Amino acid sequence: MKKLVLIAAGAAVLMLGATAASAGDAKKGSVTYREKGCWQCHGYEGQGGVAGPRLANTQLPEDGLIAFVHNTAGAMPPYSEKLISDAQLSDIYAYLQSRPKPADPKTIPLLQP
Amino acid sequence: MTEPKGSGPDRRRFLKGAAIAGAAPVIAAAAPAQAQVAAPRHMPSALPPNMKTIAAETGDVHAGENRIGGKPGSDFMVDVLKTLDIKYAPSNCASSFRALHESMINYGENKAPEYLNCMHEESGVGMAHGYFKITGKPLMTMVHGTVGLQHASMGIYNAFCDRVPVIVIGGNDMDAAARPPGVPTFHSAQDINLIVRDYTKWDDTPTSLQAFAQSMVRGYKIAMTPPYGPVAISLDAGLQQEPIGARGAGLYIPKFNMPSPPAGEMGAVKEAARLLVNAENPVIVADRAARTAEGVGLLVQLAELLQASVVDQGNRMNFPNTHYLSRPAGAVATADVILGLELSDFWGTVNAYTDNGEHGIGVNSTKIKATTKLISISAVELITKSNYQDFQRFQTVDVSMPADAQATLPALIEAVKSALTSERRAQNDQRAERAKKAYADIRARETAAAAVAWDASPISTARMCMELYAQIKNEDWSLVASEGNVSSWPTRLWKMEKHHHWLGRSGGYGVGYGAPASVGAALANRDLGRFSVSIQSDGDLMFAPGVLWTAAKHKIPLLSIMHNNRAYHQEVMHVQRIASFRNRPSNYGGDDGPVGTMIQNPDIEYHKLAESMGWWAKGPIKDPALLGPAIKEAMAVVKSGQPALLNVWTQPR
Repeated sequence: MKKLVLIAAGAAVLMLGATAASAGDAKKGSVTYREKGCWQCHGYEGQGGVAGPRLANTQLPEDGLIAFVHNTAGAMPPYSEKLISDAQLSDIYAYLQSRPKPADPKTIPLLQP
Repeated sequence: MTEPKGSGPDRRRFLKGAAIAGAAPVIAAAAPAQAQVAAPRHMPSALPPNMKTIAAETGDVHAGENRIGGKPGSDFMVDVLKTLDIKYAPSNCASSFRALHESMINYGENKAPEYLNCMHEESGVGMAHGYFKITGKPLMTMVHGTVGLQHASMGIYNAFCDRVPVIVIGGNDMDAAARPPGVPTFHSAQDINLIVRDYTKWDDTPTSLQAFAQSMVRGYKIAMTPPYGPVAISLDAGLQQEPIGARGAGLYIPKFNMPSPPAGEMGAVKEAARLLVNAENPVIVADRAARTAEGVGLLVQLAELLQASVVDQGNRMNFPNTHYLSRPAGAVATADVILGLELSDFWGTVNAYTDNGEHGIGVNSTKIKATTKLISISAVELITKSNYQDFQRFQTVDVSMPADAQATLPALIEAVKSALTSERRAQNDQRAERAKKAYADIRARETAAAAVAWDASPISTARMCMELYAQIKNEDWSLVASEGNVSSWPTRLWKMEKHHHWLGRSGGYGVGYGAPASVGAALANRDLGRFSVSIQSDGDLMFAPGVLWTAAKHKIPLLSIMHNNRAYHQEVMHVQRIASFRNRPSNYGGDDGPVGTMIQNPDIEYHKLAESMGWWAKGPIKDPALLGPAIKEAMAVVKSGQPALLNVWTQPR
């Protein structure tokens, strides 16, 4: 059963471009993101780094993110519903979607070769 | 027998002849124990002659020069050191090597080696570690035999794992009957080298000056034969302090000749060349392959001949990241032949370990195809130490060469040239075109990733690194420490083309390496006219921050940019991971992360810490727009010959 859930979560992860407006509260999500420790691997802005992938403006659907967090068997440890509820993850999703879109790197002088 | 204070002969003060007067107590010491209790106090039959008397009576011209009557043993030791051309001796002073210390600064005029004043033994070793990675020449550090060596031990372990030679001289007062009681005896041991024997290449305890000369030259030679590594020499305080005396006539200093590194056996080299030439997708992985700038050139030559992707694991600057064959670690997945050059972890190169298995045990999985052939050239296989586990998991390979990679590359290049057919060369040319396109795509992805959270506060590590690079890129710069904890942005986006552009990491991942290694490397770069910059982690600095004072004291220019994420961040994630795995919330105790992992409340004002030790410093800088101008200001200070630090509040990684 757990395998099936993971497969479903994985499939959801692959559904790029399926994002929709979240029912979550970005303001509350900002606090929860910090309190639950998401920032530790993904950065305060969800920008990602060597320890965790970028989450800001993620292309994952909200359900996919929620399923992934609860069931991951990858590098990230799973967070059960006891540790973080679906509603809290919806808030976090909304927070991540509210992050400013990054500028085109071609417009940032310091990133030019 | 309880010896009355001052009654026995003191070997440190008396000449050999004068000590004859003290023979009576020595004989008395052999009497039965019960007799010793009641033994009368023995006194010399006559007062020992002073130095002037001895000089007058014996005609010994040296006797009148100093109180010990002749050239001290430690002066000869300095003569030995000077033949090895050891430029500096970063050390924390201690009584067990006081005689050598005195000889170095007075008899040796504090040159080659020049004594550098350190505030922690770990700093002395770390400085020597960093210095070597720039110059390729070892330094020596002197430590108190017990407590000092204990302080130094973590740094020595880092050097051992990073295959860096450091010559550690441990003072030790071995004669229990003659050494001062109390503190000096607490600081003595039968075998001080035991503390570090598991992670030094070699150690010795010479008991004569001639043996010391041989030990030093032998130790230097062993340290400088790849795989490089630290050596420890225990130095008896008595040997340092006593006069050379009559033994001096026969003393000699063995000549040091640089050993040649061990190269791979030709049969294995040819087999490796055959596999590589016939591969459709050969990948070279290099970790500590390039010992010198020449090594970088050789690796480029080999990669271009084969049109092979190169993964630089970054414990040295092995391969220019501007080269179109440069690839991230994932390139091994599609390889049919992998050549590993001085890999610190071949198993980890071709396998993955996911720290998320059932029952808290990680899960192993392969990263490569089952048919991939593996070739290893590594001098580390010549090390036979077993206690510490730096040799990592065992990986079966198809061709194994226990040899120095850089020394083997010329023969491998020739063997590849011989094995390349014209048809294969043409195929390789086609591969080059595809490789250039793939490289451009990778660079575009890296740049796009850096743009995310560009204007965030705390400052993103990408922004911090690129603000810094913009200021230094026109200098002959050298990033002397820290890189991985800032998401590897320098190796991802800076143009790293020269061997000294990046020195690699600590080796053993013992925290506290960054600050002293930066200062040591900056010292070397100062002498070479280069500009040194370090990205300094907050937790790392606090292990032994006194090295900041050493940098100011000895006018070592270094630009240090604090990656101040206010945490032992690796441990933040570890404790959080375990809590999640155990399905319970992590206790933050009022901080932003698990109790015991955060460095906040109060926040450390690193700029004030640095200022108090003679650095120019500024901070905390939280606004990315203010960072560039601050770096510019700090650079002007560094160019004037002083160290400067910017305390930058950053994102975690």
